[in-house]
Amino acid sequence: MLFFDMMRDPAFLVLCAIVLAGCSGLPGLFLRHGTLGQRLASVAALTSSILALPSILYLLIGGGEASFTLNWNLPFGPCEVALDPLSLFFLIPIFLIFPAGSLYALGYWPATSHNSEKSVTFFYGLLACAMAMVVVARNGFLFMMSWEVMALSGYFLLVAEHGEKEVRSAGIVYLVASHLGGAALTALFASLFWITGSFSFPAPQSLAVAGGVTSVLFLLALAGFGSKAGMMPLHLWLPSAHANAPSHVSALLSGVMLKVGIYGLLRVMSFVSERPLWWGALLTAVGLTSALAGICVASAQKDIKRLLAYSSIENLGIITTGIGLFLLGEGSGNPRLAFLGLAAALFHVLNHAIFKPLLFFCAGSVMHAAGTRDLDRMGGLARRLPFTAFFALCGSIAICGLPPFNGFASEMLLYLGFFGEARSAAPFIALGAPVLAMVGGVAVIAFVKLYGIAFLGEPRTEAAAHGHEAPVTMLAPIGLLAALSLLGGLFPPVFMALVQPALRALAPDTGLVSALPVPPVWFAVAGGSVLILAAVLYLFLQGRVKGCSTSGPTWGCGYLRPSPRIQYTGSSFGVFFSSLSGALIRTRLHVDPVRGLAPAAARLSYAPEETLLHRVVLPFLNIAGVACAFLRRLQHGEVQIYILYIFVTLMLLLLWVH
Amino acid sequence: MIDTIFHMALVLAMPPLLLGVIGKTKAAFAGRVGAPFLQPYYDMGRLMQKGIVLSDSTTWIFRAGPVVTLAATLFASLLVPLGRHAAPISFEGDMILFAYLFALGRFFTTTAALDTASSFEGMGAAREVTFSCLAEPTLFFALITLTRLSGTMSLTPMLQHVTLSVWLATGAALILLLAGLFVVVLAENCRIPFDDPNTHLELTMIHEVMVLDHSGPYFCCILYGAALKLYLLGALFVNIALPFSSGNGYLDWGIFACGMLGLAVAIGVVESVMARLRLIRVPQLLVAALILTAFSLVLVVR
Repeated sequence: MLFFDMMRDPAFLVLCAIVLAGCSGLPGLFLRHGTLGQRLASVAALTSSILALPSILYLLIGGGEASFTLNWNLPFGPCEVALDPLSLFFLIPIFLIFPAGSLYALGYWPATSHNSEKSVTFFYGLLACAMAMVVVARNGFLFMMSWEVMALSGYFLLVAEHGEKEVRSAGIVYLVASHLGGAALTALFASLFWITGSFSFPAPQSLAVAGGVTSVLFLLALAGFGSKAGMMPLHLWLPSAHANAPSHVSALLSGVMLKVGIYGLLRVMSFVSERPLWWGALLTAVGLTSALAGICVASAQKDIKRLLAYSSIENLGIITTGIGLFLLGEGSGNPRLAFLGLAAALFHVLNHAIFKPLLFFCAGSVMHAAGTRDLDRMGGLARRLPFTAFFALCGSIAICGLPPFNGFASEMLLYLGFFGEARSAAPFIALGAPVLAMVGGVAVIAFVKLYGIAFLGEPRTEAAAHGHEAPVTMLAPIGLLAALSLLGGLFPPVFMALVQPALRALAPDTGLVSALPVPPVWFAVAGGSVLILAAVLYLFLQGRVKGCSTSGPTWGCGYLRPSPRIQYTGSSFGVFFSSLSGALIRTRLHVDPVRGLAPAAARLSYAPEETLLHRVVLPFLNIAGVACAFLRRLQHGEVQIYILYIFVTLMLLLLWVH
Repeated sequence: MIDTIFHMALVLAMPPLLLGVIGKTKAAFAGRVGAPFLQPYYDMGRLMQKGIVLSDSTTWIFRAGPVVTLAATLFASLLVPLGRHAAPISFEGDMILFAYLFALGRFFTTTAALDTASSFEGMGAAREVTFSCLAEPTLFFALITLTRLSGTMSLTPMLQHVTLSVWLATGAALILLLAGLFVVVLAENCRIPFDDPNTHLELTMIHEVMVLDHSGPYFCCILYGAALKLYLLGALFVNIALPFSSGNGYLDWGIFACGMLGLAVAIGVVESVMARLRLIRVPQLLVAALILTAFSLVLVVR
């Protein structure tokens, strides 16, 4: 009876779902052969989502909160987990993308053709569980433990193909960046402990200490969570990590794990009662810089997944800008700006968690079909993969922020925030609107390139010409995400209903402006009429030209022997714009020219290189590596000595304490 | 109601006339008689009767491109006020939808161009997206200035706020803003000095090269959509440039229509007296226009 009573408690169901997600990969570890383990993991993932999502929505919309305290024998205070609107909101992407990716993996990373399937499936579940634990933890120590599990399982997932050197080096960079961020967070929670005397999270808006201390807390949080969220210039680990992971992992890393960084930032901010104005100014500046620089670099990429990864930096920049506007609005007593900024940020969190995994899934199907990540070797896939191509089109339109998809709705809120500031006495904030417009314009470059070069035209290689459509287990999650994306664009109130409770919890003052300034019906009217008008016109013209259409080759301007290789490639498409943004990214040529009378094979390769990384950070790291070479003697690979290190450190700490 | 009917009639029927007027102006400058004013209508009517040639490389995107672009532009036509008459649809933030509907059209025009597998069309598409992403911030700067002047965030009240007294108070800012907007009108509609609609060399084209493979009714959609886009962005310009109201509703329609024809003549004059810029100079001019409109914001803030 007790069991059934507990099962009626939605909060308990959510916790069960978290545990189930974490265990989803376990059976696979013990089942030696076949795909049974992977299928069981998918079933577990879907079950966890079916348990969790309705409960989350019920709690979020019904305004329920719950907290549980686990009795552990560790000296770090009570181990509390709680579900409040903010946590519930950030649980939605986790329980949406995790099962979708798990289902997708059945076709994309099948046990029959990948030896690493067992570990990938196991860590996939563990990653989802750890992210959910981070979001529900209310104790600094539990938070850090979950954070580390999350970071490490992310590492094991992204080095799934560790046979390749590029993957290994991406893994190392990820690990280093993630631990630098972790160090900042450890310092953050240690200072919180020092202030409050407990590892338990302080109650919202309860932290009232001198300005300097809160600023240190904020900067630590920004360093720790900002590096996880890929804010520039802490983003350097992100592109290679997301590009080299298997696609369903990239979807989870990009669509969800980056948002956990945003969650952390919002959570820590919520502790503080007085938030200085410069926090907002800093976040707005960082956000706009990340958005603009991220998308400029994205538009120059030729690796389809790197392009998507840089566009994640752009989208996280947009989210950060929204949070910055919220702080600015709150600090200057402008509830309208605060409301629009935070609503745009949270709405965009949901939107990006939908269309980015959608695009990463499509990129996975494309890589299966074309056998490469290089856009310049794809082409013509729309005819071999009609469904994937259609869904990728939806995702590309959505991520450019164009109507009628969901990206437009959240960017609209941000624009309204900026435009409203044009009326204030000092309209500096309004200058963000042209920057955002520029970001939108460059996003169109990046995604017309991605879509047009990968899916349209003629296949540039043999492999691309013989690609095959993805199986239904891969198409179903993609289709679902595309449908959600359209839903959010036509009926934004559906998503706003999820955003509102989190908004009220974070900023009670914005309750004054609870309604959207835009009557939401116009989204449906505009999007719907464009879609219907286009469909009617399409059918009308289709009927009009029936029977009088002939086919022939593309007009080659008089050239009679065109080949697919004379097509515009992704690099040539992007080069005109990147010639204007050369300070951020340059395409470097590596030439092995023809030499001598009896020349050896000559070759030329080209790759876009980020100036910040290759001209500033890497040389600096090389110098640091040389300078710190003596420290390597401590690390010799003998485990027993490592244990000795731990013991000695503990003894010294004990001595110090007494 | 009667205003809506007038609005629809004007935006549906008048755009090709602008092209005719531009052509006639250019002919007059060159000392030719030129094609009749209504030539663009004949051309479009003829295209609707024709069959099409479809490239073997293309997919449904190629046919959807012109259609979606036209649909988005048609919806955008409901958002702009014509003269002193309110637009049929007006809500807070409609100027953002207005700008983004054009971006949607651009997305589809350029993907349709890439669908043909022609390197020329790829070039055109790359140029189109690059120039537009420099022209877009200019439009937004202008909109911010107008928001500041009028205190509203919707095209109709924003543009109708600009009256003679506003001109007298902030004339300098409005002149800078109009200069920026004029550059946007020329750049977004691929007129000289950015692009030459009559050029015959594929290598130097922008808009024309993207639609090389379209034919028949689909090409008609493209021509009509392009004329409509010129009309809508032009209407934005004329609304600010002609701050007069006669007090009589019907006369106002006439004033607006004359203003649009005047704009067409002005474009024709620019096309006649200027040469095309080298492609590499185009971004510089666009950035200059951006800074001009930024100055207009500074002038209204001070």
